[in-house]
Amino acid sequence: MTENRVTENRVTEPQVSGRQDVRQDVRLSVDQVQKVYQRDGESFEAVRSLTLDLHQGEFACLVGPSGSGKTTLLKCIAGLMEPTSGSVVLDGQQVNGPAKGMAVVFQEYGRSLYPWMTVEGNIELPLKVAKLSRAERRARVDEALASVGLEQARKSYPWQLSGGMQQRVAIARAVAIHPSVLLMDEPFAAVDAQTRAELEDLVRKVWKEHDMTILFVTHDIDESVYLGERVLVLSSSPTVVQHDLVIDLPAERDQLVTRSMPRFTELRAQVYEQVQIAKTNKTGATTVSAL
Amino acid sequence: MNALKSLLHFVVLPVLLIALWWFTTRDGANFFVPQPGPLVDAFVEVWLGEGFRNDVVPSVARLFAALAISIALGISLGVLIGSVEWVRSLLSPMLEFVRAVPSTIIIPVLLLVIGINDTMKVTLIVLGCIWPVLLNTVKGVASIDGVQVDTGRVYGLSGLVRLRYLVLPAAAPQIFAGIRQSLAVGLVLMVTSEMFASTDGIGYATINFQNRIAIPEMWSGIVLLGLIGVAMSVLFQIVQSRVLGWYVGLKESAK
Repeated sequence: MTENRVTENRVTEPQVSGRQDVRQDVRLSVDQVQKVYQRDGESFEAVRSLTLDLHQGEFACLVGPSGSGKTTLLKCIAGLMEPTSGSVVLDGQQVNGPAKGMAVVFQEYGRSLYPWMTVEGNIELPLKVAKLSRAERRARVDEALASVGLEQARKSYPWQLSGGMQQRVAIARAVAIHPSVLLMDEPFAAVDAQTRAELEDLVRKVWKEHDMTILFVTHDIDESVYLGERVLVLSSSPTVVQHDLVIDLPAERDQLVTRSMPRFTELRAQVYEQVQIAKTNKTGATTVSAL
Repeated sequence: MNALKSLLHFVVLPVLLIALWWFTTRDGANFFVPQPGPLVDAFVEVWLGEGFRNDVVPSVARLFAALAISIALGISLGVLIGSVEWVRSLLSPMLEFVRAVPSTIIIPVLLLVIGINDTMKVTLIVLGCIWPVLLNTVKGVASIDGVQVDTGRVYGLSGLVRLRYLVLPAAAPQIFAGIRQSLAVGLVLMVTSEMFASTDGIGYATINFQNRIAIPEMWSGIVLLGLIGVAMSVLFQIVQSRVLGWYVGLKESAK
């Protein structure tokens, strides 16, 4: 338990800067992000004060009970939603809208891929936007397709592929832009268990191959422990980071071997416990009407 | 094999009806109902000879010009109105009202303002055809899937790239539904525009034959309009299956 960093509302400045001195390679810095929705004249605080740093090459999973504002948080980080207060900084640049260098893989792969374009076309589109040359685009598409193992499907349309393959295309599209940070919003929640296991291993592989920095949102405790190098447990809404846990499992993960390790079971139990605390601990879950 | 089958389906009923028609009119008892033979003769003589250049070409040219203007204008305005929410809520009730006014009633106004010429006829057709395209485009653009929009934002789609790769394709099924409606409206208005104060066109010639009690010739005009309608529909299907092939596939894969 000694290596667990419990970072309840890391708001005190000296602590934060102290850590930054140690690690200079911060990719993504989320600082006291708060999101309050206005609905029918009442305000609802989805995210209270969220602070987290993501370093180069880190694979972090965000777990939380359902309704814990995970998607809201992710949208704020991706620049798709403006936080009520606080800031998101990517590679030293304040995020004020969707930022270059940030890729997102959505849960709804069927709607995220454009059905009027082939697999190749979907992957190439962001590269066209980035004004890459034809040859360079071609190389990137080849590379991305190879890393998700879909070379044969390049001329297919997304709707001709299975759900798992569609999500691979979405991953390839994200990988192709060589993002600083890849955000994944419960990407495997809609596929069957077997496909899910395959995709988990694929993401680990891609992460290693491309030395990527990934923030992976999930509600699945096992998945978070299996995938991540670090698991952040979120509280119920209004969300804060309730627990920050280092996953000290061997880098080489295997569905059978890793999942049957005693350490895996221990870590899973810890995360489980924290999620249970998050579920029952409703102290913060109040409607804020006086804002 | 399948193509042959569908061709057979397409042809069987018309052939039967023509046979029935031939059979019931073989003694030529009714003056107002022509026999198939004379009707075909009249058709060839009237529409494939001088009439082709004098009436068919002007009619079809006006129709196509008007349709092209309607589609271009309808999509452009539709994208603008559909993209901006406040413009949409501001204009929608008025657009529905204007659309509800039968465009034929504008003929007297157009005759006064523009006069008896091609511009008047094209304007009339456009005034009828633009609404289905415009309103469907607005609907299509306004109802683009939220995840598709978010994806576009994440990957930096903006301006013309966004229009070309997201907005237009996403709205295309709706736009095509609108174009389909406007084709039918266009044909009706083409004829109507020629029945009042005109000097050429299929509608003009057909009315003329009626006045001269040239019964087979009059009927042949009606047949021609039917054929033009069918030709437009076939052309439309070809274009649609090219542009919206993905949509058909998507619908089928969802079954």
